[in-house]
Amino acid sequence: MFEVIGTWVAAFCTLSIFSFLYKDNPFYRFVEHLFIGVSVGYGLPIVYHNVFIPYVYTPIFLRHEFIIIIPSLIGFLFVFRFHSKLSWLSRYPITFSMGMVGLGVPMSLHANTLVQMRSSMLPLTNINLVVIFVGTVTILFYFFFSKAHEGTYKSFTRIGVWYMMIGFGASFGYTVMARLSLLIGRIQFLVGDWLGLIQ
Amino acid sequence: MKLIKNRLPLAIVIVLGFLFVGYAFVPHRIAEDYRNWFLTWSRSMSPFAVLLGIMSFSKNHWTRIKRKVPNWYFSVVTFIGLVFTAFAGFYWGREAGTIYMWIFENIQIPTGATIFSLLAFYIASASYKAFRARSAEATVLLVAAVIVMIAQVPLGMAISRWIPDISQWILSVPNMAATRAIFIGVGLGGMSVSVRILLGIERTYLGSD
Repeated sequence: MFEVIGTWVAAFCTLSIFSFLYKDNPFYRFVEHLFIGVSVGYGLPIVYHNVFIPYVYTPIFLRHEFIIIIPSLIGFLFVFRFHSKLSWLSRYPITFSMGMVGLGVPMSLHANTLVQMRSSMLPLTNINLVVIFVGTVTILFYFFFSKAHEGTYKSFTRIGVWYMMIGFGASFGYTVMARLSLLIGRIQFLVGDWLGLIQ
Repeated sequence: MKLIKNRLPLAIVIVLGFLFVGYAFVPHRIAEDYRNWFLTWSRSMSPFAVLLGIMSFSKNHWTRIKRKVPNWYFSVVTFIGLVFTAFAGFYWGREAGTIYMWIFENIQIPTGATIFSLLAFYIASASYKAFRARSAEATVLLVAAVIVMIAQVPLGMAISRWIPDISQWILSVPNMAATRAIFIGVGLGGMSVSVRILLGIERTYLGSD
């Protein structure tokens, strides 16, 4: 019985969202707002059990690591964000989190830049490696704005634009197919699980 | 007061940030201890960031209800969804078969999937506008997208057995070059923003007085 009600509720949500294809309407708005509330409500017990209990409650109250009271109090200062006069207190937990940017300098340089450059600088032993190398260099040329894009330099940058168009086209194609497979899944649910027309 | 409100938070960012730069370059036990200390403290602060998010969310919807803005009653639906789902998770537990999981499986998953699947329709109309091959670049984008899409369905194989291979080549060669160059740019951009924050040039995260 619980399962049947669940299927009907899911079908109602699905059809209400699809009704937006016609135009904005109260059914769509109802399910949209319900979805937002449910999503936030779903996250609360997870954060409580997976973050608050192991990292705040257990260390302080069970393991008696009272030093954890200090970061907990600093974290609590977030709450003052909405106080007109004391909102500056919320800067302290934010600044603590921002300290992490120090790690961003070497990590960003290493993971995104150096590793990618090293992968591009392989011996050009086959045509594919040449194509990748030319593409990477010409795209970087395109994003180098200290030199005017004219003459031979412009021709190089245009090759870079073509590479980017191929990349964007591929990403677009993948996105469309992912969305279509979700759509097929919803149609299968409506026709199969809900209406029982396909087994 | 300016010291506590502005300069001290800025000093904390600079000191903690440079200590992290040191951690990345100095493989010493003290550097490892610093990282562990930072992670422990960050984790202890993080639930309160979620609390701030809930407060912001509730404040926004409560204001809509209080001011009776048009369609304010949908904010009541949002509150009911939030309170009931959270209550179900806390009171009846999060195991399979509970009301909490029932809500997740029959409201959240289908609604989320349907909202994302709606984009299939809008992408179709957007692609009509974007893909009208008015220039050589637009044509290249169109051809790449069509090949990648067709290759993922049986139709691609039916048209030509080469289409899946061409699609794979597009993804692993020219697409790889584009991704790589963009990653290099993202890395340099991320690094420069981090340096600006570390040196106290970028201060927007502090907000206004």
